[in-house]
Amino acid sequence: MKQYKDLKKKLPERVFIVEAWIRSFLSGLALFFLFTVRFFKEWFQFPFELKEFLKQCYLLGYKSLPLIGTTGFIMGLVLTIQSRPTLAEFGAESWLPAMISVSIVREIGPVITALIAAGKVGSGIGAELASMKVTEQIDAMEVSGTNPFKYIVVTRVLAAMFMLPLLTIFNDTIAMIGSFTGVNISGDVSFTLFFTQAFAQLSFTDIFPSLIKTLFFGLAIGLISCYNGYHAGNGTEGVGKAANISVVMGSLMVFVIDFAAVQITSIFLNQ
Amino acid sequence: MTAEELYNPIQSNADPVVKINNLRKSFGDLHVLKNISFELNKGENLVVLGQSGCGKSVLIKCMVGLIEPDGGAIVILGENPHNLTIKDLNALRKKIGFLFQSGALYDSMTVRENLAFRFREEKEMKEAEINQLIEEALEQVGLPDTGNKMPSELSGGMRKRIGLARTIILKPEIILYDEPTTGLDPITSKEMSELILSIQKKYQCTSIIITHDIECAKLTSNKVMLLKEGLVKESGTFSALQKSSDEWVHSFLN
Repeated sequence: MKQYKDLKKKLPERVFIVEAWIRSFLSGLALFFLFTVRFFKEWFQFPFELKEFLKQCYLLGYKSLPLIGTTGFIMGLVLTIQSRPTLAEFGAESWLPAMISVSIVREIGPVITALIAAGKVGSGIGAELASMKVTEQIDAMEVSGTNPFKYIVVTRVLAAMFMLPLLTIFNDTIAMIGSFTGVNISGDVSFTLFFTQAFAQLSFTDIFPSLIKTLFFGLAIGLISCYNGYHAGNGTEGVGKAANISVVMGSLMVFVIDFAAVQITSIFLNQ
Repeated sequence: MTAEELYNPIQSNADPVVKINNLRKSFGDLHVLKNISFELNKGENLVVLGQSGCGKSVLIKCMVGLIEPDGGAIVILGENPHNLTIKDLNALRKKIGFLFQSGALYDSMTVRENLAFRFREEKEMKEAEINQLIEEALEQVGLPDTGNKMPSELSGGMRKRIGLARTIILKPEIILYDEPTTGLDPITSKEMSELILSIQKKYQCTSIIITHDIECAKLTSNKVMLLKEGLVKESGTFSALQKSSDEWVHSFLN
């Protein structure tokens, strides 16, 4: 201890700022790990909060449909309009539906849906839990002899996990309708022909891996936002910070998981 | 009539309901509680007074296991909450009511759902029984028509009363009040203090009341404990402490 104090006098202050930052980062990581372990432990324990889970599915899923739908439609439309000139140069305009469907189903749909969820759902959960924390509602549940973790955290994370694949399917569908609209702005392709061509290039190995990765996107978004809300600091500053970190870390994790998923898919499915 | 005048200790030979021995708690270099010791018998109302930041709320949060103390022993109803498993701790917590400073009502639920929350989580009672208990508790705190209101529709005083209803509906043996009259006007404060007193009379429960409100302390206390710099400065009945020769104690209570 004495040596540490002597060293503290000799070294510039910024060294200790870095040391404090590393220490706080590592302890945060350990706490997040324990939080995740507790989630999996409590997930399978009785009683199941079915009513709260369904309520969260409604709030996280159903309430996100307008935003996801609008974004999906614009995404499909813009992607089609932007891609058409390039394909036209090679005389491959007929490949447009297939190219759009593969890129939306395999990559853009899941990632965009997850990013929107990280923004809307992640910030919502982070701020809600943080405000419950600072107004002592979580403490009130705890002292009443109930399990706030199970009621608040497990239900929200499961709802995020369960709803993200469904939202992705919805987003992909609307994006394809957007693409169909885009194709018909300067051309004339029938609905049947467009979707026959779009589905011709799609296989189960495109659809299932992308839906499975959205489960992990939901898990990461739910866990990160619940963790930040549940461990928020005091005051309104803590609420804002929890919402902000939930969005930033959630979005970052979406890309990290996506990268890992691409690697795993390419190994196992030779894609 | 004050609690001091009403007080008639129940089973004075029985073991104390609350026993705190040399309780210590620090946050970094800040020593909030330094060797706090006291005992409380069944049916007693202890008012804890002291300046802001002297550790009053930390003391009751240590008692329900929300904060882990650094040292000392806490024995509540014969058990130390910090040595129990989660299951046993929750069983003990069911015997202790806690009224938070802000009421801590669950924002997303109606008043009725707030009061029913614990029962619905346990799934041991029928809806009709729960509803009857809710009506009784709301009647007791003088707000019988608020069942379908959301917490955001209630005033500060009403939120505290509903918080109290949520506490007494569980019929606890001990109630811990964290600043029950803070932020209320003098009339509502007095009503709240009288409510605390009537609950003590009706349920014969033991209470610890953390407050800055001298009028509330005078009305509700059987015993007063003054904290200063993490230590028990003085304790006794309110009237005895008012006559204290210590200048700080005298100025605090007068």
